[in-house]
Amino acid sequence: MRFFLESKKLMLLALGIYVILRLSFSFDIVSEYIEQITIYVFIVILAATGLNVIYGYTGQFSLGHAAFYGIGAYTSAYLAKTSGLENFLFFPAMILAGGLMAALVAYIIGIPILRLRDDFLGIATLGFGILVRVFLDNSDRISETLGGSRGFTGIARLTNLEIAFFVTVFLLLVTRNFISSRYGLFWRCIKEDETASASIGIDTARMKLMAFVYGCFLAGVAGALYAHLYTFLHPSNFDFLRSIDFLIIVILGGMGNIAGTIYAGLLWVGFIEGLRIVLPANIVDLRWVFIPLLLIVLMMWRPYGLMTKKKG
Amino acid sequence: MTTILEVDRLMKSFGGVKAVDGISFHVDPGEALGIIGPNGAGKTTVFNLITRFYTPDSGDIRFMGKSVTHLPPYRLARLGIGRTFQNLRLFKELTVLENITSAYLSGHRYSPFAGIFRTGRHSSVENNAQVKAWVLIEFLGLAGREHTKAGSLPYGEQRRLELARALAIEPQLLLIDEPGAGMNPREIQDLVTTLREAKKRFSLTIVMIEHQMGLVMNISDRILVMDFGEKIMEGTPAEVKKDRRVIEAYLGEEGPA
Ligand SMILES: Nc1ncnc2c1ncn2[C@@H]1O[C@H](COP(=O)(O)OP(=O)(O)OP(=O)(O)O)[C@@H](O)[C@H]1O
Ligand SMILES: [Mg+2]
Repeated sequence: MRFFLESKKLMLLALGIYVILRLSFSFDIVSEYIEQITIYVFIVILAATGLNVIYGYTGQFSLGHAAFYGIGAYTSAYLAKTSGLENFLFFPAMILAGGLMAALVAYIIGIPILRLRDDFLGIATLGFGILVRVFLDNSDRISETLGGSRGFTGIARLTNLEIAFFVTVFLLLVTRNFISSRYGLFWRCIKEDETASASIGIDTARMKLMAFVYGCFLAGVAGALYAHLYTFLHPSNFDFLRSIDFLIIVILGGMGNIAGTIYAGLLWVGFIEGLRIVLPANIVDLRWVFIPLLLIVLMMWRPYGLMTKKKG
Repeated sequence: MTTILEVDRLMKSFGGVKAVDGISFHVDPGEALGIIGPNGAGKTTVFNLITRFYTPDSGDIRFMGKSVTHLPPYRLARLGIGRTFQNLRLFKELTVLENITSAYLSGHRYSPFAGIFRTGRHSSVENNAQVKAWVLIEFLGLAGREHTKAGSLPYGEQRRLELARALAIEPQLLLIDEPGAGMNPREIQDLVTTLREAKKRFSLTIVMIEHQMGLVMNISDRILVMDFGEKIMEGTPAEVKKDRRVIEAYLGEEGPA
């Protein structure tokens, strides 16, 4: 209960946002397309927050975050379909299963690879991401349902505004408290100096693994919401470029800044989808030129993210 | 139990360099041992071996009678061996308060669940951390700085903060590597007072590496002199000051203070 009481202001703010969104959805003020994008924003924010825990707070450079997002998506969609429990009642359990599977895989690969530092860890997580992509491309050999490179089709649309909103808000509050607890403090110590952290009794290996597993859990939950929003999954939705998207959001928002990740996630999705609407159809793919250009400019102008002016 | 720390024929080479060459010594509870010796004598390496940041090539380290040679650094810290670093290693982006509470909290647990859902256990441990941190902040004269980022403190305060952080793990044995480096005589005088008082107040055993003779001779009950990775002599400050080998190898360069 203290959890909710201490977050009273934020809960009120969230409730306000929810009511506005619900009203504009219900009275068809916005198109169905915009509704879908709005829900997608929450999903992206959730997954990016996971990477923020891993990279922004703990300093573990991961280039494979989308793989865990994909594991969550495929796990929950597959489980829902094959168990015959593809309905609203069991949806929360399927979301949880997606998150837990991502967390389990993160735990198993985290034990060997989290010893690596910086660029080496980046390369190892990149390799893992490619491995998952190849696995998903060939997943039809394990089960036809998974669809392999043709994609996983016919997933029920179970993600609505309510579930996406409340799952995201709840997990953001959980994350905020986690970060302000001794665990978050240790993560920040480790990011600053691993040797000094060990010298004051912090079990650095365990704490790094905890941050990694938790961050991947958030990605897995986000993936499960994604699967049941778009009702179609393709391995290319979870490849290296998607990992880069999450990384950009974390950096844009400012490393180790939850509010920043929220704004940056909103901006990022708004920008990409906005360009899709604004640009004529024949040059819409130029988005992928604008975005990297924008990034270069941004890194020169605000290297510590949009939210922070300079490193303190 | 007579000794708190026993170092037994410890060896460590880097490539061809024998940084520590079979050194043995012991430290009694409540004692202050000073380690002196010229640059590159292997003093810091001894600390890094005791705290297991380096793996010894051979030899044994016993803490309170038990061999701890195989334990990882964080376990040694939890057992009660605190240390500071010759080239400060603070958490620069964290505040003074956070630098200290992190050290206290590593040894005082609550579960992730308690942290997320803010149980009673969470608040009592966190409150204790604040109380403990305040004691150390005042003790080391850092009051008013608690919300300053460690990296933006002046040098002398950074040194004191590192000491506060090491004390926050509630150590029995404190290893300090050149606490007086870069300090002026006045600051050294304050440091002598602080260390004396810390030793009493927190019932510490201290091992201190130091070049500043005014500091090390003042604090130490016993001095160990190292050169080329070996112990060249051991004795009271008075004995060491008189020793010809020491004067030649070391004191001759700087002159006794
Ligand atoms: N990590 C390392 N890799 C290679 N050589 C090292 C390493 N650490 C120490 N050494 C070498 O071991 C020897 C002893 O170094 P150490 O730092 O222990 O000396 P010190 O007595 O602390 O000197 P100072 O008074 O300058 O701090 C030196 O020759 C040093 O170059
Ligand atoms: Mg040294």
